[in-house]
Amino acid sequence: MSDPAAARPPRSAADDEAFKQELVQLIPHLRAFARTLCGDPAAADDLAQDAMMKAWDARASFQMGTNMKAWTFMILRNQFYSEKRRSWRQSQLDQEAAERTLVAVDDPEAPVALDELRQGLAMLPAEQREALILVGAGGFAYEEAAEICNCAVGTVKSRVSRARRALHAILEDGSYDRDGASAGDAMRAILADAERLSTVR
Amino acid sequence: MGDENAKRGRPSRKRHADSMIEKMPSPDPRKPSAALDEARLRQQAIGVRLRQMFDDVVNEDVPDEFLEILRRHDIKTVENG
Repeated sequence: MSDPAAARPPRSAADDEAFKQELVQLIPHLRAFARTLCGDPAAADDLAQDAMMKAWDARASFQMGTNMKAWTFMILRNQFYSEKRRSWRQSQLDQEAAERTLVAVDDPEAPVALDELRQGLAMLPAEQREALILVGAGGFAYEEAAEICNCAVGTVKSRVSRARRALHAILEDGSYDRDGASAGDAMRAILADAERLSTVR
Repeated sequence: MGDENAKRGRPSRKRHADSMIEKMPSPDPRKPSAALDEARLRQQAIGVRLRQMFDDVVNEDVPDEFLEILRRHDIKTVENG
């Protein structure tokens, strides 16, 4: 593989220092995004560290002054899916991650509302979950989220809107309830609906 | 046709009264605007929780590991480069 950085003018130590300072400030956000993708905190930190190092190695290709947060989130997301693609297709429902997330939030100290929300999120298709998190929690504009997810702005808008509706329905139904007898039925219905929606494109 | 024009252009007093009645507030007992407001409130509540969940992690202390890895990698790059 050729090194794209080799053809560029040499970077000064000050450039690297400025880049590093900005990158370090983004670590908490990378950790938070990784946590929403992986569920498991230890796996999420591994992912965030990998993304941080990839960003550092690719610093020559970053235009200082542009949105580094979106750029690093894109790197993190690509890293996540390239690891994931080895075992299953990206578009499939991420059942395994959902289960891991359910295990990860089985913490008696966790606030109930957040516990419910995490479980509700785990029930969404991965592409809807990430769109909702980028726009609804990460503070990204639709255009930025589209860049991060490598898709059209309209696709992000529709994913966010589906995710909002689905999450609302999940939380309304109480289908997140661990001990609820109806949880299985609600879950099946939600997954079926999400699957149906994702095929209409 | 003349009848048609009369209806459109110059409605009689009675017709006018009828159309006023038709424009009375919706008789729908479910009050759709109130239901919409409530749905919006619930969506807002979900949004707030979502940000809270994300910010909880953002506000955690970053494990020393992160800076340590960056520092070590930096030295390696300088030595190799």
